[in-house]
Amino acid sequence: MTSQLWAKISPWQRWRERMVIRGLAFTAMVSIFTTVGIIFILGEESFQFFSQVSLKEFLFNTRWAPLFEPRSFGIWPLINGTLIIAIGAIIFALPVGLGIAIYTSEYATGWWQKVLKPVLEILAGIPSVVYGFFALTQVTPFLQKIFPNIEVFNALSASIVIAIMILPTIASICDDSLRAIPKTVRDGAYALGTRKSEVTLHIVVPAALSGILASFILAFSRAIGETMAVTLAAGATPQLTANPLVGVQAMTAYIAQVSMGDVAHGTVEYQSIFAVGLVLFLMTLAMNLLSQFIVKRYARKYE
Amino acid sequence: MMSQKFTSPILQATNLNLYYGTKKVVKNLNMKIGKKTVTAMIGPSGCGKSTILRSFNRMNDFIDTFSHEGEILFEGSDIYKSKIDVTEFRRRIGMVFQKPNPFSSSIAKNITWGPKINGYKGDLNELVETSLRKAALWDEVKDKLNDSGLALSGGQQQRLCIARAIAMDPEVILMDEPCSALDPASTLAIEDLIHDLKQQYTIVIVTHNMQQAARVSEYTAFMYNGDLVEYGPTTKLFSTPDEKLTRDYIVGRFG
Repeated sequence: MTSQLWAKISPWQRWRERMVIRGLAFTAMVSIFTTVGIIFILGEESFQFFSQVSLKEFLFNTRWAPLFEPRSFGIWPLINGTLIIAIGAIIFALPVGLGIAIYTSEYATGWWQKVLKPVLEILAGIPSVVYGFFALTQVTPFLQKIFPNIEVFNALSASIVIAIMILPTIASICDDSLRAIPKTVRDGAYALGTRKSEVTLHIVVPAALSGILASFILAFSRAIGETMAVTLAAGATPQLTANPLVGVQAMTAYIAQVSMGDVAHGTVEYQSIFAVGLVLFLMTLAMNLLSQFIVKRYARKYE
Repeated sequence: MMSQKFTSPILQATNLNLYYGTKKVVKNLNMKIGKKTVTAMIGPSGCGKSTILRSFNRMNDFIDTFSHEGEILFEGSDIYKSKIDVTEFRRRIGMVFQKPNPFSSSIAKNITWGPKINGYKGDLNELVETSLRKAALWDEVKDKLNDSGLALSGGQQQRLCIARAIAMDPEVILMDEPCSALDPASTLAIEDLIHDLKQQYTIVIVTHNMQQAARVSEYTAFMYNGDLVEYGPTTKLFSTPDEKLTRDYIVGRFG
């Protein structure tokens, strides 16, 4: 009789099964609660801030001087600082990162392939504070030889080290999306009597465009959020400028500056970092939404 | 082994051995393919028929372990030894693959890319139209030439790939199981197309579908385990084959 051969399912087993599901659901909830909590606190403190500083001043004043008299709270110098560094970083990193990805996915064999990927992973593992003092002690002195007028703290050296930081992200996502283009597509191109560089640049890279754009946006988003290197390299001078040779203050650098200083809780300076943090959050959120949109819009799926 | 004789073959394999690593997948093949004929290659999976097809335009070059002995002549020149660049052989010997593989660009660019790269000097718009007409796709896509090639149905994509091959004005079109990923209606459309194309091109088609081989081809080659077992006019091979192995395969006793 089978009923004697097989053990009965015990209540303990059923209880354990329920607990496992609940445990896993709880871990999933942690991420949701944290996100909601952070947004809530950002919103609440920012609300406090905007009850003292008008939104009009925040958005239309062009001077950021929350710690000195006369105070003013125009966000644009900080956004300017963040963008000039991030855009500069992308200008350096995108062509190089895409080049690396094309080389590793299409050309590199043997030794190169064995060395390139681990080296990029090491690059990704270097702490950002190291990049920061690397910018100060190596990059800026080097730049001073080319641009004698460059300031000790400047956006350009921050851009360069952030470009190095985001290079692995760009290279690795582009590499994945190039590899995802099926061999059959390359075969179709070769069968028309074409050469490898033509197939790679005209067929494979355009086919991987959605992944390339996604890597670009993800890297840009990381450059916007990067703190340590921009604080060390670019300085703490909020100003509206398009000149990469002078010091600027990025949003993250301002938050770090105020957080580390002895600003009392509840003051408007203290609350200002939440308002800046909210703007930063909205910018990265917009970037993430944009990247999802682009992936959907341009993804030409090969099954 | 019975083999088809052509006095001026367009493709000719002589004492051809093909290897993946140390495994010999095609054994001492001697085969001539006549100009403007449709030749079907049939046989069970792993018999070497696709390997032969893919060595006619050297697509096997992309497989690291592939090697060959013997020669393949195209219009009299050895495609593996000739000084002529492999890209020129591939331009003159087009290929259509098992799975439709259009480029992610527009329908028109799918057609014009190959000719442009190869320095085509004629009118590109005209080329798009004539190629699509020859591939029996023009009427379906003439109003959306700028849409992505990937937006088409599977059968349309495969006809686009045929149009793309035709646009290079090849002498031979190799087809590697071109209907295996398609539904019956699209398969029929492709088979009709092969009938039209044989006026102008030499077609070699690998298929695992014997009815298809019987419907579209004038000559059939039956491969088994790396050997060319029998090669002759399709009607004869399917009605009164010389070899017992051929007969057994055709009636479905194995494979």
